[in-house]
Amino acid sequence: MLLREIAHTRTGDKGNRSIISVIAYDLKDFPAIERAVTAERVRAYYADTVKGEVERYVVPHLGALNFVLHDALGGGVTRSLALDAHGKCLSSAILGMTIE
Amino acid sequence: MKTIRIGAGAGYSGDRIPPAAELAEKGDLDYLVFECLAERTIALAQLERSKDARLGFDPLLRDRMEAVLLACAGRGVKIITNMGAANPQAAGQEIIRIARELGLDRLKVAVVQGDDVLPGLQDQNLTLLESGAPLQSLGSTVWSANVYLGAEALVRALRLGADVVITGRVADPALFLAPLIHEFDWSMSDWQKMGQGTVVGHLLECAGQVTGGYFADPGYRDVPDLANLGFPLAEVSADGSAVITKVAGSGGCVTTATCAAQLLYEVENPASYLQPDVVADFSGVTLTQVGPDRVRIEGAQGHQRPPTLKVTVGYRDGFIGEGQISYAGLGAEARGRLALDVLKQRLEASDIEALDSRYELIGVNAMHGEALSAGHTPYEVRARVALRVATLKEAERVANEVEAMYLNGPAGGGGVTKSVREVIAAASTLVPRELVQTSITMMEL
Repeated sequence: MLLREIAHTRTGDKGNRSIISVIAYDLKDFPAIERAVTAERVRAYYADTVKGEVERYVVPHLGALNFVLHDALGGGVTRSLALDAHGKCLSSAILGMTIE
Repeated sequence: MKTIRIGAGAGYSGDRIPPAAELAEKGDLDYLVFECLAERTIALAQLERSKDARLGFDPLLRDRMEAVLLACAGRGVKIITNMGAANPQAAGQEIIRIARELGLDRLKVAVVQGDDVLPGLQDQNLTLLESGAPLQSLGSTVWSANVYLGAEALVRALRLGADVVITGRVADPALFLAPLIHEFDWSMSDWQKMGQGTVVGHLLECAGQVTGGYFADPGYRDVPDLANLGFPLAEVSADGSAVITKVAGSGGCVTTATCAAQLLYEVENPASYLQPDVVADFSGVTLTQVGPDRVRIEGAQGHQRPPTLKVTVGYRDGFIGEGQISYAGLGAEARGRLALDVLKQRLEASDIEALDSRYELIGVNAMHGEALSAGHTPYEVRARVALRVATLKEAERVANEVEAMYLNGPAGGGGVTKSVREVIAAASTLVPRELVQTSITMMEL
């Protein structure tokens, strides 16, 4: 199953960090999401984009994971050469991740 | 029980104006807040001010005020905004002028200043948060330095009876927290209330992003009438709990999903969201759907505010030269890749010194690189080259190299666009609170 079937996502930015939230539509799916969408897997998934560490914060009662991707925005929104300097499109990519 | 109704009239400088007018007219509001300053907006506004001392405030200030001022003045709705950007004083004068033109006979505008901390900042021994380098290392490239003020001076302005409060850099949630402190007479050391007021402000500050904007994904997350997306308002109680909703009949939706997405938006650690007025803790926040387009939010906590305030430093950081050219039909991707190879050879052989560069195909790998985009054959691609360079001249040459692909590149290249821009970058540092002095100027019509 793809993450897209059970969760929605949103990306924001702070300096050179991208912040990606992954939120379950239904709390019953959250344990599977929490197991599958680890910081290591997110780091590998965005390997072409993220140059730094990935941190994960868990908010169980909202069914939410919050990822902080360090050194992910080409030096930061204000100086990045990227077409999507804010990294707004990053949140859609992770919806293609497979979940057991 | 008293509730205060606060609407969000903008989530960024260029935001849509009709939803703000709709809120002003139909929102039954007490306050209308416009949040219009992204990280580097002030630095760009400072550039405008350096060219013309009457400018440097939000370019849409006039359009927004013309759209809402009569409705707000007639209904006693107070306006709070950071549209003053790099020149709150001139923005205040402009609002008085607009009010007069609209035929209002009285209006009190409070101009809150003190965020501009550029003079003398480089004499302080400060470190840049991103690079760890000393602030002095940026030398004369530093263009602006604005501290994120908290709610305190805004509250004072409201206590002086202001109908409109205009300022520059203020922490976004503080624009919403200030009227709550004022109306409910909250102590600013009641950290729980500061935390709860901050979460309300955080949910509202990006306007349409909590009512269904930045959310729709057809078939998965359908948003009704996105074209007429309404902006949000909060009905806030004295204990800080609130219902997020929108004007009846407007487009969009307010659900626990739209609120959860916005609750975590740009928040790194949900248990520790640093603000000038509080370290807010969103980790225990609960969201409850209490009606159609009505979500109740409560349960935020707070801890003692940090001893320092964050400063955004704007500095000049060279130029970016960019060009794009399209290829379509059979073999489009191969021709696009050939175009990038050719451009790379030509630019690397030139004496242009690239400080950073990107060569990519829009439609293939421009967003997320090769790995995530493998396995698709596009009908059309757009080759894109962008280089960061030190001088305007070099940036122009980069863009021209792409344009020259018309005659000197693969078959069937069309639709070139070129752009050259100066980079005004933003960095951050922390200053002790004692360094910051706020002031209020009242202007009356």
